Amino acid sequence: MHPAPSVIIFTSLSGLGFGLLIFLGLGLPLPTGITAFIYFALAYVLAVGGLMASTFHLGRPERAIKAFSQWKTSWLSREAWLAVATLVAMAIYGAGLVFYGIALAPLGWLGAFLALATVYATSMIYAQLKTIPRWNTPLTSLLFVILSIAGGALLAVQIPIALALLLGAGIIQVAYWIWGDQALYNSETNMASATGLGDQGSVRAFEPPHTGTNYLLREFVHIVGRKHAAKLRIIALILMILTPVLILSIDVNIILILIAILVHTAGLFVSRWLFFAQAEHVVGLYYGKR
Amino acid sequence: MTQLPDSTDRKLGLVIDLDTCVGCHACVISCKGWNTENYGAPLSDQSAYGENPSGTFLNRVHSYEVQPEEGAAQLIHFPKSCLHCEDAPCVTVCPTGASYKRVEDGIVLVNESDCIGCGLCAWACPYGARELDAAEGVMKKCTLCVDRIYNENLPEEDREPACVRTCPSGARHFGDFADPDSNVSKLTTERGGMDLMPEQGTKPVNKYLPPRLKDKMEEIDILAPLLTPVAVEPKGFMAWLDKTLEKI
Amino acid sequence: MNNQPFVNTSPRVSDEVRKTTCYMCACRCGIDVHLKDGKVSYIEGNKDHPVNQGVLCAKGSAGIMQVNAPSRLQAPLKRVGPRGSGEFEEISWDEALDLAVSWLKPIRDKNPEKLAFFTGRDQSQSFTSFWAQKYGTPNYAAHGGFCSVNMAAAGIYTMGGAFWEFGQPDWDYTKLFMIFGVAEDHDSNPIKMGIGKIKARGAKIIGVNPIRTGYNAVADEWVGITPGTDGLFILAMVHELLKAGKVDLHYLAQYTNAPVLLHTETGLLMRDEYGKQLVIDRATGKLAGFDQKGVRPDLNGRHTADGLVHKTVFNVMVERYLSAEYAPDTVAEKVGIPAGRIRAIAAELARVAFDEAFELDQEWTDFRGEHHTKMIGRPVSFHSMRGISAHSNGFQTCRALHVLQIFLGTVEVPGGFRFKPPYPKPSEIHPKPHCKVTPGAPLDGPHLGFVHGPDDLALKEDGSPARIDKAFTWESPMSAHGLMHMVISNAYAGDPYKIDTLFMYMANMSWNSSMNTKGVIDMLTDMDGNGDYVIPKIIYSDAYSSEMVAYADLILPDTTYLERHDCISLLDRPICEADAAADAIRWPVIEPDRDVRGFQSVLCELGAKLDLPGFVNENGSQKYADYADYIVNHVRKPGIGPLAGFRGDGTNSGRGDVNPEQLNRYIENGGFFVEHISAGANYYKPWNAAYQEWAVEMGLFDSPQPYLFQLYVEPMRKFQRAAEGYGERQPPEHLRERLKFTLDPLPFWYPPFEDTQVDENEFPFHALTQRPMAMYHSWGTQNAWLRQIHGINPLYLPTKVMQKNSFKDGDWAKVTSLHGSIVVPVAEMAALNENTVWTWNAIGKRKGAWALEKNAPETTKGFLLNHLIHELQPPKGDGLRWANSDPVTGQAAWFDLRVKIEKTTAPVESQPNFATITSPVGQGPSELKWKVGK
Repeated sequence: MHPAPSVIIFTSLSGLGFGLLIFLGLGLPLPTGITAFIYFALAYVLAVGGLMASTFHLGRPERAIKAFSQWKTSWLSREAWLAVATLVAMAIYGAGLVFYGIALAPLGWLGAFLALATVYATSMIYAQLKTIPRWNTPLTSLLFVILSIAGGALLAVQIPIALALLLGAGIIQVAYWIWGDQALYNSETNMASATGLGDQGSVRAFEPPHTGTNYLLREFVHIVGRKHAAKLRIIALILMILTPVLILSIDVNIILILIAILVHTAGLFVSRWLFFAQAEHVVGLYYGKR
Repeated sequence: MTQLPDSTDRKLGLVIDLDTCVGCHACVISCKGWNTENYGAPLSDQSAYGENPSGTFLNRVHSYEVQPEEGAAQLIHFPKSCLHCEDAPCVTVCPTGASYKRVEDGIVLVNESDCIGCGLCAWACPYGARELDAAEGVMKKCTLCVDRIYNENLPEEDREPACVRTCPSGARHFGDFADPDSNVSKLTTERGGMDLMPEQGTKPVNKYLPPRLKDKMEEIDILAPLLTPVAVEPKGFMAWLDKTLEKI
Repeated sequence: MNNQPFVNTSPRVSDEVRKTTCYMCACRCGIDVHLKDGKVSYIEGNKDHPVNQGVLCAKGSAGIMQVNAPSRLQAPLKRVGPRGSGEFEEISWDEALDLAVSWLKPIRDKNPEKLAFFTGRDQSQSFTSFWAQKYGTPNYAAHGGFCSVNMAAAGIYTMGGAFWEFGQPDWDYTKLFMIFGVAEDHDSNPIKMGIGKIKARGAKIIGVNPIRTGYNAVADEWVGITPGTDGLFILAMVHELLKAGKVDLHYLAQYTNAPVLLHTETGLLMRDEYGKQLVIDRATGKLAGFDQKGVRPDLNGRHTADGLVHKTVFNVMVERYLSAEYAPDTVAEKVGIPAGRIRAIAAELARVAFDEAFELDQEWTDFRGEHHTKMIGRPVSFHSMRGISAHSNGFQTCRALHVLQIFLGTVEVPGGFRFKPPYPKPSEIHPKPHCKVTPGAPLDGPHLGFVHGPDDLALKEDGSPARIDKAFTWESPMSAHGLMHMVISNAYAGDPYKIDTLFMYMANMSWNSSMNTKGVIDMLTDMDGNGDYVIPKIIYSDAYSSEMVAYADLILPDTTYLERHDCISLLDRPICEADAAADAIRWPVIEPDRDVRGFQSVLCELGAKLDLPGFVNENGSQKYADYADYIVNHVRKPGIGPLAGFRGDGTNSGRGDVNPEQLNRYIENGGFFVEHISAGANYYKPWNAAYQEWAVEMGLFDSPQPYLFQLYVEPMRKFQRAAEGYGERQPPEHLRERLKFTLDPLPFWYPPFEDTQVDENEFPFHALTQRPMAMYHSWGTQNAWLRQIHGINPLYLPTKVMQKNSFKDGDWAKVTSLHGSIVVPVAEMAALNENTVWTWNAIGKRKGAWALEKNAPETTKGFLLNHLIHELQPPKGDGLRWANSDPVTGQAAWFDLRVKIEKTTAPVESQPNFATITSPVGQGPSELKWKVGK
């Protein structure tokens, strides 16, 4: 898949934003006044910013509002509703903390649940796609959710929780990669089934339909070299998991936390880039590509 | 809208005969012409006369080489457009309801004025049947020429998709798969019409007729009955000729 | 849950449909042009049209992009920069015509032969040749000489017609369809439709072609033959069929010259005092004219006179083809087909032709007056085009194929191959070439035709060639279509003489239509010692900014095909069906939005300004206002004009007076006219009395012209005899041996010339081109839709070669022939003869042409094989340069090419690359969002 910056930014930042909201909703921490404002502002900048970024890849962003209509069937629509519900619930909850110093705890729990559900819905946009075997697994949702709350824990300065979650996320990330590398092969979809010609012999793409490129090739066929991918995976793990864990195991102070967050986010971007760039859409098989 | 109908009254679709398609691309261009001028936005082309020409097409013809275990490699031309699946994943993922499957005939359409161009339907389609138009920012796909097949401004005989009408070798057939007596149902039964990527569970309506087995002729030696020599030398041949001519 | 959006399923399709004829290739299908607000909105096939019956290929369907192409020339142009720069100024039509007249008039008054007028992909040859004839130059031809003259000429000489425009398989009855070297373009839609029909019935197709694409891809059996060996393969099958007695003896005896006696000393056919060919009548054992009523020609006849025994043609053929030289086991390695497979195919031909023979209950009477109650069907049919034609042994190979079909008795019988009117038409009733030049006066007759011996050659009194292309000379005596590919090099060399003006139409001679493209470019731009161009003046007409435009001094911009009148005439290259005569028109379904004129209309005006007889009235005024006027009012022979339909009062077909309303009647009828042949007259046409009568009524012939198929082509023997020293007109010494060898009156096989000149180990590969189905010549590239399908052309290499050189798709190779080198991208193909490499034809483009951006993939990755092919063979050390052409017809031997392949580092662009031409039309827009009706 084409690793479009808009979707990488969207999923990464909104994941962090909603992750932070989860902790805020649960009262971990429970700030008030200006501190609360800073926490909530950060969460909203990340969550809303991410959502805004997602509209950059729309062909018709001015019609984005229509995306709310199909919650019965569409995970994207559900995500939109859940995101709005989360933001509304947490806005009231946050206003209580910022302006009145009151924690409407049940509303916070509801907001936290909605935020979690939002991240899950985001993950399901990808995990639901049978056409992309690497994504079509519960591991995708698990990975999105655990990265979201791990990042949220970091942002919420819940260091012990963050350390545990980051390590867990690292394990799931590795598991996702190992499983994912076999996903297309294990999916039973291949050139033989794509063309129906498998019974007659081994199938090889000859001439493409057009000698130039097209939307499908631009959108779905992105080839990352194996060596290059391995390097990026190591970089992602180091940045996203190992460095923050290492830093925060040594000491916890505001500078180190900030560094940990930045490094984690950088790693998250790399991981997300790989998430898209390495995902093989089965349509590539029609072009003899994966 | 993006809920799929439980069933459709008719199941309109195409049979594509891989044994007959010569790969001429007539269907590709005829489709481009009709659908540029008709349903929705034109199918635009970028870098039309430039370095990297790339346009929107609703139908493209691939080609594959198939190497059997023994014998020469074969070349198969492979037209591909929307298969109007019964379980169309492109419809259910659509967040706006722009994509839908028609109850009356099963055609999968995009209502362009509702499309936000998120591309998710194209992600969900295993066949590459949907292309986001770069100029218009909306998703384009085969409409099965919904504006031809019922068009009262066209003569009855022309009420079929542009690709079918134009196909020089008659490798494309249009009809109702819900009717077991339709031409497409019969062809599918007779020739073993197949689904593409059946494991994806999309239940495509369009069927592909597999290429007939090729290069089956067995080499024969000189004693084959059809070529039993009447003579080996010109002299002997002329003697045979004389005898034979007497019988004519 | 029916809250589906409303879809208007009956939108307005168009305001109006205008029916005309396609020109996106040479197939000439009927098209329905839909118009909205006076603009073309959609083009589809015309369901009533005989050629395409509603279907339309990719090119035809993309016509809208051609009619609106940014590459269209806008106005007449006069060169201001050096030739080849592309620098022009726009001038008015008056200026353009005055300039042309100022060049052409003095030539005509003094030396009409100093005008060379050649018209590439012209579909109005009967008109352009008429113009050239009236002008008086002998130097006229169209592009047949570098296209497929071998196929056409071999067919006409052998059986009075060939494939495509001459005939078609009997699609309704044929059970086995065998194709040889069929490019995917010629006769494109009818062949595809036929294949579809056959496939629907489950009938079989055998494809013989080194490359398995297109029709060969759907063939049930693919024979990946070694290029240039088809003749040997065919004759091996003839050998097997003869040996097994699987030939149609009755057919051969009745309808061919197989039973005609050959004079054993001269090799000429024996004739009676009236010139009738003689046979032995089996009934009487005596000599008889071949066409006498009740005669039973004896295939094994023998006539003894003056101590000499004269045998039949058939007897000689049996002796030749039964020889071990043609045995499958002998030829297998050379042709690249196992002997057992050759036998299997021969057996299959025999099985279908004889075991699956059938009868139609249809009475008919033959030319001898004999009545038949049935028609015997032999359901084997053949088709072939350039693949076997464009070799230096192409004429003999095409002849061999015709002999094969005739031996099987499948020509003009149900299920076999059938002629389309005005064919069958024996070579004898075609015109002969004319070349007598008289200053200020017309030529003495038509330029092109069919020679029947040395006397018909186009030679001057001193024996030198009369024509600039040396057609109809000892170098290529039977060059029925001329040799367009030799014009520029001969004119440049002043051999046989210098010319003053080169006038060309629709021929991309400075690019893909020439061998040795770079050399041709140099010839067009080279100057003599005085600083004058060696070819002094060049006039060119084209609708588009092709590569050739830059090399002309004066450009006469033509219209596109939807803006013009044309006639697809029975006098020209017809579009008939086996069951019907048909012709068609083009008419301006839209008006040009530029200062351009139809080339033929321009010729009408030029003709008048030059006072050409036939183009001026008695009072000296212009006779034909435009081409439409000519189409309606020109009378070729009394009652016969360019169009056969709606003559006289509108009800006459074939013959009839001029009908001023004729074009309107064509338009009302959908742009075409069809006259069906009655049942009973539609098979056995060369010998069928009812058909012959119909043909006379239609004006195809003036009297019935029954004839025998010429298995033995006597005119060839006459050239051989001249080479042996007989007769007044004698060939030059250096050509004697070649004439004796190659002008064999019975088909035989010899290796393509290039095979004998190269070290096969050094140049191991045959290199071919094919024209893709979705592109026509260079035209397709300016079409925004089609160029997306074919914007790059890799050189396809067989899998083994890829592996041996560790090539990957997209790697680059240096490809070298005896003549030159190119550097091009490669790709793998498994379904390919293992000694063959190939690419798509004419995808590569010159920077600046066709209104493309300079870095278009066609210019950076596309390429031509033409750079590897020379119009002359390499020097042999005899001081002579021999044409790279078939020695019989002069057909350009494009497919003789042999190359070697070396892996190389990727260059910036494919090589050779040429300087950018200044585009006279600018560059096309970057984005298209085409919609006419808003």
